[in-house]
Amino acid sequence: MISENTIKEVTKNLLKDAVTVLPQDIKNGLAKAYEEEEQTIAKMQLSNILENIQLAEKSKLPMCQDTGIQIFYITFGKGINMKVEDAIREGVKEATNQIPLRPNAVHPITRENPGDNTGLKMPYMNYRFSDEEYMEITVMPKGAGSENMSALSMLTPSSGLKGIKEFVLNTITKAGGKPCPPTILGMGIGGSADISMKMAKEALLRPIDVHHSDPQIAELEIELYGAINSLGIGPMGLGGKTTVLGVNIEYAFCHTASLPVAINLQCWAARRATARIYRDGKVEYITHPKEGGQ
Amino acid sequence: MKEIRLNTPLDENMVRDLVIGDVVYLSGEIFTARDEAHIHALEFLKEGKNLPVNLRDAAVFHCGPIMQKKNNSWHLIAAGPTTSSRMNLLEPEFIEKFGVRAIIGKGGMSKPTLDALSKFGCVYLAITGGAALLSAKGIKNVKGVHWLDLGMPEALWILEGENFGPLIVAMDSNNSSLYDKVDSDTKANMSKIRKELGLD
Repeated sequence: MISENTIKEVTKNLLKDAVTVLPQDIKNGLAKAYEEEEQTIAKMQLSNILENIQLAEKSKLPMCQDTGIQIFYITFGKGINMKVEDAIREGVKEATNQIPLRPNAVHPITRENPGDNTGLKMPYMNYRFSDEEYMEITVMPKGAGSENMSALSMLTPSSGLKGIKEFVLNTITKAGGKPCPPTILGMGIGGSADISMKMAKEALLRPIDVHHSDPQIAELEIELYGAINSLGIGPMGLGGKTTVLGVNIEYAFCHTASLPVAINLQCWAARRATARIYRDGKVEYITHPKEGGQ
Repeated sequence: MKEIRLNTPLDENMVRDLVIGDVVYLSGEIFTARDEAHIHALEFLKEGKNLPVNLRDAAVFHCGPIMQKKNNSWHLIAAGPTTSSRMNLLEPEFIEKFGVRAIIGKGGMSKPTLDALSKFGCVYLAITGGAALLSAKGIKNVKGVHWLDLGMPEALWILEGENFGPLIVAMDSNNSSLYDKVDSDTKANMSKIRKELGLD
C-alpha cells in the first residue's frame, strides 16, 4: 500500500539528494581526473569542482545554480499500478521552495515562468515496467548548458560505424567548453529519431564505471572515451586531458534503411537519485543510502 | 600566471593589461545579465530610456542565480555562470553602448565579441561552470534586483563581490583567446585521433 504522500516525500528527498550529493561513480571520476591533469588551469578547474562538491555536501545546498528541469523515470513493479504524477508534481513544487531549486520551467514561446518548476508536461515522466516487487523512482535534474549541446543525426546505413564516430567527434568539438566539461557522453544508436534521443538520455542513468553488457558496444565506449580525451578540450574547454568522464551507449535495432544516432551530453554535475518503494510503503534509497537504515 | 585583484568600477588601462591565463579576483559591484536582460537593456537604449543601473566600467556576470527571500531581503544561495555563447549576438553592442569592462561567464564567446574586447577595452573572464557554491562564497551580499518580472534567472541582480574568483582571463583585449588556442590544439590532435579511429 503506497500512499501519495510517500511518493511526494520520496520525490522531495530524491531531489535534495540529487542536487546536493553526486553519485559515487561521478565523484571517483572527477577525483581521478584531478590526479591525472597536469596543466595548471585544468587542475584549477577540477580543484574548484571538487571543493564545490564538498561545499554542497556540507551545506546541503545545490552544487549548481542550474538545478535543471526535472526528468523522472518511474518503473512500476509487478502488479503495482497507481497514479503518481500529481504527487510528484506536488513534491517538485515543495522542493523548489524548500531546498531551494531555481525555478527554470517556462512556457516555450512566451517564456512565462510560473516559479515552481511545473507547467504543461513538466516535470516530465517516463513510465516503465518491471517484474520487481517495488516501484522505482529516479530523478535526473537536467541543466540546460549540457542539454543545449544535444544532437541527432539520421545517418545512412552505409556510413556505418565510421559515420557514428565522425558524428561524435563533430558534436564534441562543436560543444567545446559550453556543456561544462568534463561531461558524460550519452549516446543512443538505432531505433528511430525519438528512440535514439530517449536512449541517449537513459544511457546517462548508468554509472560511468559500468560498461554496456554487449562487448562490441563496451569496446566502442572505451575507444570513444580515449579518442575524445585526446582532443585536448579539457575541463571547461580551457585545455587539458579530461573532456569526458565517461561514454555510455545504448542501442536498439532499427529500420534496415536508417541509422539514427543521438547524443545527449551531461555536465560534470551529473545529478541523479533513485529510490525503491515497496508494496508495504517501505522506502529504500539506492544512490544515496540513508544512515541507520531507511 | 599572474594573480591580480581588481575593484569595480574597473580601470580601462588595468583591464587592457590583462593577458590570457592571468587569474583575477574581483571586488565591488557585479551585475548579472543573461539573454533576457541583454535584450531588455538594448531595447531600453533603442527607446532612449535610462537603464536602472550604470554599466560603465562595470563587470557583467552571465549568471542566473538561485536567490531566497528571507525577512524581506534577498539571499544568494548559488551563483555559477551560464553558457556565454547564448549572448554572442548581443554582446558586442552591449559592450560598445554601455561601456562594460568585464564579462564573466563560461565556454567563451565568438569573434565579434573578441573584436569588441580590443576595440572598447574589455575582458572575458572564465569562472568554473557548475561550481556555484564556490563562486557564491565570493559574493558578500545582494544589493538589489531589477526586472524581476523576467523571472529569477533572467533578472538583473546587483551583487557585492569580495575577492570573487578565481577568474581566468580567457579572452583579452589583445585579440587573444584561450578558446582559440585550445581549438587549434584540438585541430592539431585530430589527424592522429582520426587515424586511430580508422576514419582516415
